[in-house]
Amino acid sequence: MTDYYRLCYYAAICTDNVGVVARRLPSLMNLLEKVKLMTADEIGLALRGLAQEIVDHNGSGHEIALVGIRRRGVPLAERLARALWEIESVEVSVGYLDINLYRDDLSTVATQPIIQSTEIDFPMNEKVVILVDDVLYTGRTVRAAMDALVDYGRPKAIQLCVLIDRGHRELPIQANFVGKTVTTKEIEMVEVRLNEVDQIEDVLLVEKAS
Amino acid sequence: MPFNAKHLLSIENLSIEQIQLILATATSFREISKRPIKKVPTLRGKTVINLFFEASTRTRTSFEIAAKRLSADAINISVSASSIAKGETLIDTVRNLEAMAPDVIVIRHPSAGAPHQLAKRCTACIVNAGDGAHEHPTQALLDALTILDHKPTLKDLRVGIIGDIAHSRVARSNCLLLGKMGAHVTICGPPTLLPMHFDQMGPFPGSLTVTDRMSEALDGADVVMMLRVQLERQQEAFFPSVREYFGSYGLTPQRMNSAKRDAIIMHPGPINRGVEISSEVADGRYSVILNQVASGVAVRMAILYLVTGGREQREFGPES
Repeated sequence: MTDYYRLCYYAAICTDNVGVVARRLPSLMNLLEKVKLMTADEIGLALRGLAQEIVDHNGSGHEIALVGIRRRGVPLAERLARALWEIESVEVSVGYLDINLYRDDLSTVATQPIIQSTEIDFPMNEKVVILVDDVLYTGRTVRAAMDALVDYGRPKAIQLCVLIDRGHRELPIQANFVGKTVTTKEIEMVEVRLNEVDQIEDVLLVEKAS
Repeated sequence: MPFNAKHLLSIENLSIEQIQLILATATSFREISKRPIKKVPTLRGKTVINLFFEASTRTRTSFEIAAKRLSADAINISVSASSIAKGETLIDTVRNLEAMAPDVIVIRHPSAGAPHQLAKRCTACIVNAGDGAHEHPTQALLDALTILDHKPTLKDLRVGIIGDIAHSRVARSNCLLLGKMGAHVTICGPPTLLPMHFDQMGPFPGSLTVTDRMSEALDGADVVMMLRVQLERQQEAFFPSVREYFGSYGLTPQRMNSAKRDAIIMHPGPINRGVEISSEVADGRYSVILNQVASGVAVRMAILYLVTGGREQREFGPES
């Protein structure tokens, strides 16, 4: 372990953010920041635009529920709910989903994912459930999320809202609402950083240093 | 931080971080038992064998439900209906089962160390569901989870464990776990049922207080844990009569007055009403005995998930 790794590990243990360490460290180690894809202001604008699109597509919004996919889908869903309230004065239900129990790679993944809580407190039938996540890539997370949702009930419809679509789908999955579409290479990664989770706000295109 | 252990054999060998990971994971698994469809596909295709050499309602059913809620296939083997009655040895039994490629073997056995023997010889993950009077790690973990539902932390908590301590694997596992997490444990029972070397019951010397006076154990207690008087284990008379036992060591509402006002009452089950605990207390407001059973399913789901954790090397990266 390098000293940096050890420092992050202890910091994470102290703040109880163990899940963050497992995901962040590979991102922070040996990464080259290539491009800033979005600034904090652009993220804010994109979310407001997405909220408007959701309303335009779904009518007044009385039957909408948002489900944020942990981790960063959660603050995005909460922000969208606030924006929907501001635009249409509609209070939409917000739920949180940990998809790790539904992953298709649990027997092969090197570090076993930490399971966080799923909270879906509202009845799903008769609602249009909009899954919210930060980045859409292979589509496997969304596949897992849909499997989880149908275990909770039978939504009227499931839609998908993402901040970034970076291409390279491995399953036939598409987003209904996209903040920004970006062309990326497979060796690159898209890092979304949000104030609620990372204490900084931007979207970066990064690459592993060779 | 991964769990990093293939077996769950004892609390003695668990680190504080591992205990915290199990409890955190169990908390997240709880809501599955509240859904309309109480199943997730996490352990789909895995085989869990419950190999129980002693009678059990709670523990075996709990493990079976935990496995099934994770979509694993659970198979129950109880000794009376099996070839062990024909004289097959433990190791032979397990080797034969192993040939059928189970992923997890959950074992309860009357001999201490039986799960450890298996762990040395098997490729499956071994989970100890109680070995003799040695340990019952999943019980201590679910007890901790239940306590944390009602108390903010285990550190500096005053816990009284009362009953047949000498023969109790539940007491041993709880003393170790609570001691490791910083609680103050007092064990109490008739002198005939207290172990000789009680100092070795805690995680380090001096971590336990021992008394044969129930009032001392209950004084200022946050948690009162009653143990079943194990009538079937005793050939000799450890106490004059059941009535006499209840008179000196039975938990009654009057005795509870010296504990803290919001003290919770626990019992691993099955309860002997009127022997170690009065019905009034067992069914009363502060009894969390049934919560323990509910926590048990969540904890066992967490353990099955963690011991079967992914081990092959692959780059862990964000992949949405």
